[in-house]
Amino acid sequence: MVKDSHDNTTHIIGYGKLTTVWLILLALTALTVRVSRQELGIGHVWGSLAIASAKAGLVIAFFMHMRYEGRLLRWLLFVALLTLAIFIGFTFFDVLYR
Amino acid sequence: MNPAERLATTTSFWNDTGRSGITAWIFSTDHKRIGFLYFYSVLGFFLVAVTLGVLLKLELMAPGRTIMGPQTYNAVFTVHGVIMVFLFIIPGFPGSFGNLIMPIQIGARDVAFPRLNLLSWWLYIIGAAIILTSLFTGGGPPDTGWTFYVPFSARTATNVSLAVFGVFVVGLSSILTGLNFVTTIHRLRAQGMTWGRLPLFVWSLYATAWVQILATPILGITLVLIVAERVLGTGLFDPARGGDPIMYQHLFWIYSHPAVYIMILPAMGVISEIIPVFSRKPIFGYKMIAFSSLAIAAAGSLVWGHHMFTSGMSDTAILVFSFLTFIVAIPSAIKVFNWVSTLYKGSISLEVPMLFALSFLLLFSIGGLTGLILGAAATDIHVHDTQFVVGHFHYVIFGGSGFAFFGAMHYWLPKFYGRRYAERPAVIAWGLMFVGFNMLYFTMMVLGMKGMPRRYYDYLPEFAPLNLASTIGSWILVSGLVLLLVNLFRGLSSGELIGQNPWGGATLEWSIPTPPPTENFTEEPVVTHGPYDFKGAGIP
Repeated sequence: MVKDSHDNTTHIIGYGKLTTVWLILLALTALTVRVSRQELGIGHVWGSLAIASAKAGLVIAFFMHMRYEGRLLRWLLFVALLTLAIFIGFTFFDVLYR
Repeated sequence: MNPAERLATTTSFWNDTGRSGITAWIFSTDHKRIGFLYFYSVLGFFLVAVTLGVLLKLELMAPGRTIMGPQTYNAVFTVHGVIMVFLFIIPGFPGSFGNLIMPIQIGARDVAFPRLNLLSWWLYIIGAAIILTSLFTGGGPPDTGWTFYVPFSARTATNVSLAVFGVFVVGLSSILTGLNFVTTIHRLRAQGMTWGRLPLFVWSLYATAWVQILATPILGITLVLIVAERVLGTGLFDPARGGDPIMYQHLFWIYSHPAVYIMILPAMGVISEIIPVFSRKPIFGYKMIAFSSLAIAAAGSLVWGHHMFTSGMSDTAILVFSFLTFIVAIPSAIKVFNWVSTLYKGSISLEVPMLFALSFLLLFSIGGLTGLILGAAATDIHVHDTQFVVGHFHYVIFGGSGFAFFGAMHYWLPKFYGRRYAERPAVIAWGLMFVGFNMLYFTMMVLGMKGMPRRYYDYLPEFAPLNLASTIGSWILVSGLVLLLVNLFRGLSSGELIGQNPWGGATLEWSIPTPPPTENFTEEPVVTHGPYDFKGAGIP
């Protein structure tokens, strides 16, 4: 249950929703293990990164309450994520072309 | 009010505190006191690391074993690097002069989060204590080099886990300082202190703070992964178990190359303050210098791969990272050209801070240009992991950041102590350091070109004469350093009294009493002129 959807100080998320997110995270973890055992070539990296991004997105949105924050914090998070994406992306100049 | 009366005033930050003894310092939230906590901490670690550096050069004075064996040599160069990088030069400028000067320069009474600022220092000291503990416990001091490269760091029996944990804690301190400075610069500027009137030292700290915030967490994660590899045997970097050792190098350098800009950007800010004041001329190309700080921070964060040209990385990556490395030279050159243009037709006053600033121009340029040799893949392969790299790095970081640090000490510390140093011994000390520095590190670059590897405690006989010259250079450098410190601190304790604005600067720190009051300004300042507008500030 979300009591608040603007930038007041507290947002209370119900146990039901938190448990659902947690179960999705566990399922995605299981999927990570499954993907790691498939013969996918470079698809391994893309698959693992996609799952990890989805998991991180859920944690940030619900456990860290970013879904209920204002534009400034979302913008700051975007800058940080963009930086991280660039860092990871640049390692692909190596990983993809070895 | 004459200087003596001013010194005696009780409004000075030295006197005004609710606590007594050491607690008035280690629990103070005053940015100036925290600045001094940082300053004396980093200076102490610097002197320890200098001592280790001199021991390394003593060992290399002649071929074969001179004063220590190979294992001790490995430990000494590792500890020298770890202390210099993580405990001196990364926290050095933001922690000490950033804290001392930045809030005053923007017209603020303190930083945005004073308690967080104190926590930053405590985390720094706790991290340092952990690193020092790692030297004397477990399997003894780490012997991996400051880069902690796997697979060796995952396998060595030395106390790597504790050392990297200490570095992790110091990294946390750095992130908090960055957060504090970004917030302070955005939120606490005085009325009239527009972005176009920010002193260039503040601009450089702002760019540095973003690098601290965005890049340091990656170092933290990487260090945790080393511990996971050692303790849990995760195999992340072990090819036999599907891991990738080159990925470690990517992760390490994603932080540690931008870290070089954490070390050099604030130094460039210091130079941008000193040169116009001692040229009696507004800085040339203010906007370009300010934006080049941001450009260096941004572009410099994308060039880490040039550390890995011989590691087995793909040719495509080598091409891309080599190209990007050359791009960083552009904003760096913009700064150097603007500083030189500021000097042109200036009324140059060759006092000690200016001597260090001019040395910076030469030494940093040599360091930067030799960096292009390392940034070009073809030439890098010849000199990779040789003494050339060590010489180049010291030209940038010691000749650049180090000399700027000494310049900043002579430029700003008298403001806080109300007394100044004797000029002549300081000039002699500068001369000794300049000569000793070039003798020590230029010979290292020549040795590297001839093929002498780095991190080897022994070498072929044909390298002996240049190694001897390099060692003698280290003695000259250290004798200059000792003279510099003795003269400076003797002057600060009992030297000639100075007034409010001894150098004729136009930035806000020169408009307040000497030493500064606890809350910096008796009334909130209203800024009506630029930081280098000497006429606007009424300075002849």
